[in-house]
Amino acid sequence: MSSFRSNRSLSKWIFRGAQWAGPPVLLFIVIVGLWFAATHLREIPRYLLPKPEQVVAVAWTQKAMLAGALWLTAQEALCGFGLSLIIGVVIAFAFTQSIFIRRSCYPYAIFLQTVPIVAIAPLIITWFGNGFQSILLVSIILSLFPIITNTTTGLISVDSNLVNLFRLYNAGRWQILLKLRFPHALPYLITGAKISSGLSVIGAIVGEFLVGYSQTEIGLGYLILQSSAQLKTAQLFAAVIASAVLGIAIFGTVNTLGNHLIANWTDTPDDSLKR
Amino acid sequence: MSDRQIIDSSASRKGIRHPVVSTADSHSHLIQAADVGKTFPGGHSVLAGLSLSIREGEFVSLVGPSGCGKSTLLKLLAGFDDATSGTLTIAEQPPDIARKTSHRVGFVFQDANLLPWRTVRGNLQLPMELQQVSSENRPAHIDEMLELIGLTAADANKYPRMLSGGMRMRVSLGRALMTQPQILLLDEPFGALDDILRQQLNEELSRIWQEQNWTGLFVTHNVSEAVFLSQRILVMSTAPGKIVAEIPVPFPFPRTPELRADSDFARLTGEVTTRLRGRL
Ligand SMILES: Nc1ncnc2c1ncn2[C@@H]1O[C@H](COP(=O)(O)OP(=O)(O)O)[C@@H](O)[C@H]1O
Ligand SMILES: [Mg+2]
Repeated sequence: MSSFRSNRSLSKWIFRGAQWAGPPVLLFIVIVGLWFAATHLREIPRYLLPKPEQVVAVAWTQKAMLAGALWLTAQEALCGFGLSLIIGVVIAFAFTQSIFIRRSCYPYAIFLQTVPIVAIAPLIITWFGNGFQSILLVSIILSLFPIITNTTTGLISVDSNLVNLFRLYNAGRWQILLKLRFPHALPYLITGAKISSGLSVIGAIVGEFLVGYSQTEIGLGYLILQSSAQLKTAQLFAAVIASAVLGIAIFGTVNTLGNHLIANWTDTPDDSLKR
Repeated sequence: MSDRQIIDSSASRKGIRHPVVSTADSHSHLIQAADVGKTFPGGHSVLAGLSLSIREGEFVSLVGPSGCGKSTLLKLLAGFDDATSGTLTIAEQPPDIARKTSHRVGFVFQDANLLPWRTVRGNLQLPMELQQVSSENRPAHIDEMLELIGLTAADANKYPRMLSGGMRMRVSLGRALMTQPQILLLDEPFGALDDILRQQLNEELSRIWQEQNWTGLFVTHNVSEAVFLSQRILVMSTAPGKIVAEIPVPFPFPRTPELRADSDFARLTGEVTTRLRGRL
């Protein structure tokens, strides 16, 4: 009886997994197929477009270095994302506590969104030097804004009658913030976090470009830069694919966790598209 | 048994639950508004010269065309906002003071206004949590409430989005009753429901009012609902709103569905409708 049930739930899981992963995997096969065909039907120089099997071969021989680079960049991106999440929510909380704070600080939050990171990179190096802490800062600067705006929007867009309900029971500021505004803002925060998770990976890689390490510690960004300079295009491909996998992994985790958190009380995004 | 249920027989025959107090004794009036005006920033005058008084334990309906300021008045009574002129009191205190110090007020909003991230049980617990009442008797209290509003124990674990409109309204009513309020303000609570469901909930609300001790002010634009539920109907004018007519409803309690088929019921409904239309 129980084995029957677990069997059934196992096959359900496999079915769900296939439903979820099937389409992108199919697309991946099509793209690699086209790539394979293009590089085999015509003679294309290796430094312009390597053959898929060459990329796989390089990835295999350089697997230790690639894994090390992936791990370092993952740490930068994850720390950047995590700190953005915390700092962004705290700033959004502050924004809801006073219109004065919001009015005076919001323009500077927009600055985060618009500043060309190349322009302030030298300053970051002057202040913090090259290395992890500066890369982290770049990652935070790039990924902070979506968290701040989305969370702020969520916190202040609470229906006035719900606020009235809380006032009816003489709720204090903190109760309104923690029991009403924050839960209401959660779906907004999750949307911001999804955008931000991708940006934190971009931030880590761009950070390595601009304020990164020397040859001693190699992340994916540095690897991309180095491979490109040395025309090691197959290695460049391997590094780019690794950073894409990293981005997808972080986004996928945030997406799954986020949707799970609010699954009970919101419609899933796909519902509105189904007929 | 509350003293409300002890009705002297002559009054009961006439269908009046309360001995009529002819002299305006302000102490018996729990809710009072005198010459109340409300003008929103921008100069939009919504209420002007509105006066009313409601006795403790009374059930009064307020009918009026949409946009005449009914919701605005209820918000003033709940102390969510201040009147721009006139005086408005609950037990001779400003509403927000009364609410904070002496009187528990329940409010049923037009849309159920439930927290979507909380289950039915969580929504019912909210008022107690905010008022920081000790948690000891909460579960029993909630089970009693579920029964009172006609929900099952299984419903308690559902989220609002899984409930029908009628069930959401029941939860909303239950939540307002959780603190055992002395005053219940209801803002078109059944406005979005179909007729049959509305009638059913009217009957249940009337039964609950008879069992408990609160004073009810019920806003609606549905005349037959007002007649079915109340002891007295106040008719409001178009904005700027004020009370333009007061119509006593003499039918005895408990009120049953058969009342709606009564010819007196139809006559009174017609009369209120005429009053209402005369002001449109
Ligand atoms: N906060 C507000 N600011 C400005 N105007 C308002 C506000 N609240 C309500 N009003 C206006 O007051 C009028 C009466 O509103 P309301 O009390 O909701 O009417 P009712 O409940 O009788 O339909 C409407 O014209 C509405 O636009
Ligand atoms: Mg209204």
